[in-house]
Amino acid sequence: MSKALQGGGQPVEEQGGTRRDFLYLTAGAMGAIGTAAVVWPFIDSLNPAQDAVALASVEVDLSPVEVNQAITVMWRGKPIFIRHRDRAEIEAAEAADNDSMPDPEPDRQRIVQPPPNTPVAAATPDSDFLVVVGVCTHLGCIPLGQKPGQPRGDYGGWFCPCHGSHYDTSGRIRKGPAPKNLAVPPYNYLEEKQILIG
Amino acid sequence: MASNGTAPGSKLVKWIDHRLPIFTFMRHETHEYPTPRNLSYWWNFGSLAGIVLVIMIATGLVLAMQYAPHKDLAFDSVERIMRDVNGGWLLRYIHMNGASFFFIVVYIHIFRGLYYGSYKPPREILWLLGVLILLLMMGTAFMGYVLPWGQMSLWGATVITNLFSAIPLVGESIVEWLWGGFSVDNPTLNRFFVFHFLLPFVIVAVVFLHLWALHRFGSNNPLGIDAKGPQDKIPFHPYYTVKDAFGLGVFLIVFAAVVSFAPNFMGHPDNYIPANPLVTPPHIVPEWYFLPFYAMLRAVDFDIAIPFTGIVIIEAKLGGVLVMFGSIALLALLPWLDRSPVRSGRFRPVFKWFFWVFALDCVILGYCGSQPAEGGWIVAAQIATLWYFLHFLAILPLLSILERPKPLPASIGEPVLKGGGTLAGAAAKPMEKA
Repeated sequence: MSKALQGGGQPVEEQGGTRRDFLYLTAGAMGAIGTAAVVWPFIDSLNPAQDAVALASVEVDLSPVEVNQAITVMWRGKPIFIRHRDRAEIEAAEAADNDSMPDPEPDRQRIVQPPPNTPVAAATPDSDFLVVVGVCTHLGCIPLGQKPGQPRGDYGGWFCPCHGSHYDTSGRIRKGPAPKNLAVPPYNYLEEKQILIG
Repeated sequence: MASNGTAPGSKLVKWIDHRLPIFTFMRHETHEYPTPRNLSYWWNFGSLAGIVLVIMIATGLVLAMQYAPHKDLAFDSVERIMRDVNGGWLLRYIHMNGASFFFIVVYIHIFRGLYYGSYKPPREILWLLGVLILLLMMGTAFMGYVLPWGQMSLWGATVITNLFSAIPLVGESIVEWLWGGFSVDNPTLNRFFVFHFLLPFVIVAVVFLHLWALHRFGSNNPLGIDAKGPQDKIPFHPYYTVKDAFGLGVFLIVFAAVVSFAPNFMGHPDNYIPANPLVTPPHIVPEWYFLPFYAMLRAVDFDIAIPFTGIVIIEAKLGGVLVMFGSIALLALLPWLDRSPVRSGRFRPVFKWFFWVFALDCVILGYCGSQPAEGGWIVAAQIATLWYFLHFLAILPLLSILERPKPLPASIGEPVLKGGGTLAGAAAKPMEKA
């Protein structure tokens, strides 16, 4: 039938694709693109909504947190562990810096320093605060170790009771099934002891 | 009268049947449906599973009318169902334990298929549809367990959705997409409720496909051989309707006993603590029916790397996820892994033993899954996981080649009738009564 339409029985483009094949393909491709364009809003509607995204930053005042104290704040529905480390803990973390850890990362790189050459930087030359997301990188449990009396694992940091991951005083994974260190959230110093997370 | 293609009955029935032959269809598929005469009680569990599905949908519908899928209301609305709604405690306990009994029945149904080779030609698609139903059931059960919004709900959901973060590159985005936020929160609960409501009806649809595929060649049977003629079969009604009804009675006695006297036996007390995103329960365990898979997930506690280079190809987390989903994928591949032409384990002297070892292996995996992931339990789970995969990938393919099956009987009827196909009339007689 296609041959008849294309010129009274003369075989047109016998070996290659016919005009009809071309139309099938382009119509099919347009149909696929159109369908994908319609499906996308449905899929995208399941992504975090704007109100959830808007709650994505939180300010924290660190001044009441004494050395060796820890506080937990909520950020994006997740706990953020903030620990005011003492010198021994920092030195232990720095002494442990090496590449044989499951997720090697020097302690210094896990601390956000106040911007240099500012009064804030002068006041806190070496921030003693460690800020990490308190969610085990294995399967998302909340590690123990924030409150006094809770187990802190073999490395003095945090211990996840679900599947036995041990984190050190820099929040780095040292032992257990978790693949990554406790994440460091994006944060900045607004003032000497005031941070903005997110 | 049965085979002339029209249904008996009133003029109205005939009028409808002529236009929509639904009465003929029902009669053909449920009354006359010729079924092997030698089915044992292991064949009760398919219809039992269907009945439990109906029980779950019926109780689920009325529970949904009282439940509030919001994180601030969910836990209290479930407690309200338990205390204030008329008969609510009963309906919820039926629904809660119904999930467990659904899995008990379906697991028996699956192991029956494994033993008697019900997955073999020509029933591969029937088997694949069954695996699909199992997957849908797992998804539905998992999301249902989240709805009461207790501690185990929240943390079980957190652990399971975090599995998807193991996917390289896009894992984190997928998890946030699943959550509709940055943690398991109200949007997650809301969509889980929607899917928990929707999926059972999808299961119903797949069950119909499962039945359609079943009725194409009819049931397998304990001998695993094809029916040679009408003397090997009996009509489904009344013979198997009455047998299924008896089995249902026994099942309901057990079910009612658990619902009445031990409704929380298979549950976890932590789920009666309202969800708290700041405190993880010390020991997160899924419901018992997921334990073997949970054990396999946790068994991979090592990275898979290229030897001597330290280059990690598959992280432990991704490895565990692959193993867990792989264990179900193997079930789907089973018809192509076990190539032995003999279906029934009765005539496979070596397979028979490996079948029971495999069943024991699954129980061991389940027990390992219920224990903390430490020390010996990890090693035990690793050995059991290895055996699970060996069973499918090495033992069954090798047995297909090496095993020498016992001789098969000439027909289903022969051992009973001692002469084979001469008594066709005897089998036809009850059909007239039907």
